[in-house]
Amino acid sequence: MIALKEKITSLVPAAAFDEAAIPTVTVAASEYKQLAQQLRNDADLQFNYLLCMTGMDFGDSLGVVILLESTTHLHQIYVKTVTADRENPYIPSVSDIWDTARINEREVFDFFGIRFTGHPDMRRLFLRNDWVGYPLRKDYDAGEALNPVPTENEDIRDTTLTYEALPDGAIAARERTVFESEEYVVNVGPQHPATHGVLHFRVSLEGETVKKVDVNCGYIHRGIEKLCEKLTYPQTLGYTDRLDYLGSHQNRHALCMCIEEALGLEIPDRVKYIRTIMDELQRLSSHLLFWSCLCMDLGALTAFFYGFRDREKVLNMMEETTGGRLIQNYNVIGGVSADIHPNLVSRIKEFLTYLPPMLKEYRDVFTGNVIAQQRMKGIGVLDTATAISYGVTGPSGRASGWACDTRKRKPYAAYDKVEFKEAVRTEGDSFARYLVRIDEIEQSLHILEQLVDNIPEGDYAVKTKPVIKLPEGCFFKSVEASRGEFGVYIESRGDKNPYRMKFRSPCLPLVDVVDMLSRDGKIADLIAIGGTLDYVVPDIDR
Amino acid sequence: MKYEDFKDNEALEQLRASGTNIIMGSLDKLIDWGRSNSLWPLTFATSCCGIEYMAVGAARYDFSRFGFEVTRASPRQSDFIMVAGTIVHKMAPVLKRLYDQMAEPKYVIAMGACAISGGPFKDSYHVVNGVDTIIPVDVYMPGCPPRPEALLYALMQLQRKVKVEKFFGGVNRKEKKPEITQVID
Repeated sequence: MIALKEKITSLVPAAAFDEAAIPTVTVAASEYKQLAQQLRNDADLQFNYLLCMTGMDFGDSLGVVILLESTTHLHQIYVKTVTADRENPYIPSVSDIWDTARINEREVFDFFGIRFTGHPDMRRLFLRNDWVGYPLRKDYDAGEALNPVPTENEDIRDTTLTYEALPDGAIAARERTVFESEEYVVNVGPQHPATHGVLHFRVSLEGETVKKVDVNCGYIHRGIEKLCEKLTYPQTLGYTDRLDYLGSHQNRHALCMCIEEALGLEIPDRVKYIRTIMDELQRLSSHLLFWSCLCMDLGALTAFFYGFRDREKVLNMMEETTGGRLIQNYNVIGGVSADIHPNLVSRIKEFLTYLPPMLKEYRDVFTGNVIAQQRMKGIGVLDTATAISYGVTGPSGRASGWACDTRKRKPYAAYDKVEFKEAVRTEGDSFARYLVRIDEIEQSLHILEQLVDNIPEGDYAVKTKPVIKLPEGCFFKSVEASRGEFGVYIESRGDKNPYRMKFRSPCLPLVDVVDMLSRDGKIADLIAIGGTLDYVVPDIDR
Repeated sequence: MKYEDFKDNEALEQLRASGTNIIMGSLDKLIDWGRSNSLWPLTFATSCCGIEYMAVGAARYDFSRFGFEVTRASPRQSDFIMVAGTIVHKMAPVLKRLYDQMAEPKYVIAMGACAISGGPFKDSYHVVNGVDTIIPVDVYMPGCPPRPEALLYALMQLQRKVKVEKFFGGVNRKEKKPEITQVID
């Protein structure tokens, strides 16, 4: 930590350094880019993974907080920069340093109106082009009169603006074309069965070959982050389940842990074990659904029924304990809402013997299938460095050779007490992404096997105060959700509701790489790529 | 569920109580029997409810037992749209267009709290508070998300609704335009 501080003050003397569990560096907007470059390239620092970018409205000023991590040194740091100009806020873009910043900065622009100089594509990401105002600003007027429910389809523009900072301090806007007028652009979505929800791809085609994909998100943007600002901490929990509904338990786990750590609550071992078991059950259900849907997307309808048959068994187990099939609402601050059902242990044991023969069947039916292999092998190759730069975590990142499992890197709950293998492959293609998930099903079973007999006795929740107030400061906690690293960033001002709550979505980077992966491939490969990336659209849009 | 309870909520069958011509009535019955048992949904889901919708399509709940199995990817070929999930501002015109593209007769089921009223997101700046503000809804299905059993129940209620329709009598007879006798300023 001290070395980190010395290093940074030597790089940028004007930076304010705040020591905490994760240190914060505050710099002026003019020095922000230079610091970012040094943080990324310095051999002792190597912050090559931009974990989370949060736009902020501090009341009198606007700003950005980025959370960086180094995959070699495993240290983390917040970098904060602000601009006092609320009318025309400009901040230098870091999109040429970390690729994932490109889509994140568009999100910040959409929500706060901060324009990033040097960013190639300053369009709104989620909201319509004709949207008035920037909704996550504190002074935003959410009235129906300003932005009524539209009746006309959106006028999608083929041009975008980029802003450049001139040497004399002025800003020059330049128009850039997304699609040329002679390009043949086909819409895939927003209502398309293979986009797994309401996602809109604009695909430029040359015959059958994909030349470019432009992602248009926001068809299920529900404004959860803004909603959370008005609610008390226990009330915000419910929204996390509905972000990525196939990782509802894990998402809620992240938020509960973040609040518990901020409060300094000591969590009983029993709770940690129960949460870990539920996380793994959730992962099983999610990966089984992934398998079913991918097979169905690639034309194997029978597999869909096989996968769902086995998934129902997992749902049964979860339902008995939590009361919910899909959305469980099980974690609460300080523990879980009810003790486990007496049948859970025996049912899990039964399932541990049930699933392995089914997995063999899966392999026989689909993995070994010539058509399936031809449609996935060598399709959509993502290499390790690009995966890190784009922040592609989870099974997709691990298929590209990045050992990014949060359960291993930053163990939480009971993951430090179990032994399991991190499924990593190096091919980086669709087939590797598929195989990693199948391997993870086996590893989840292995984890459950170790936990199920050793659940310690004790309370299933600790008592908390009736009104939960977090101390002032910013808090971040991430878990390994079914699709990657899901993080929660809370900025607290000491009130009973958060000042800003940001969810680090694992699916946003996934949809960001679709363009790169599907370029110069066939249009049919877009389906295989989307299927194996396995994004969930409400998690992208939040 | 008992049959009396199934018919408990509203007396839809009252609509046929007045009686019809025996030949026309029998033809109506035949057509309604056929249509109500082959209602094809549109493959459409925006969020969480869509997963339960898929679960109903799979082996355990299996809505093909009641004739719903052919989910259509094109609105032109579907009979009803299941609005499964939150509808937001950006999606509203798209949903309207999908509904407009469907061929008559068409039906709408609002699945889950979000589709009924905006649900947990009703205070949001970007969420439509109920799809019935955009398109007419035939069956409302509460829950967050509704259980598959609830979904089957809602589908059967829709079948009930289809079964009381009149093809040769009643609805299809062109009504005269109401004569305007007095213009009120």
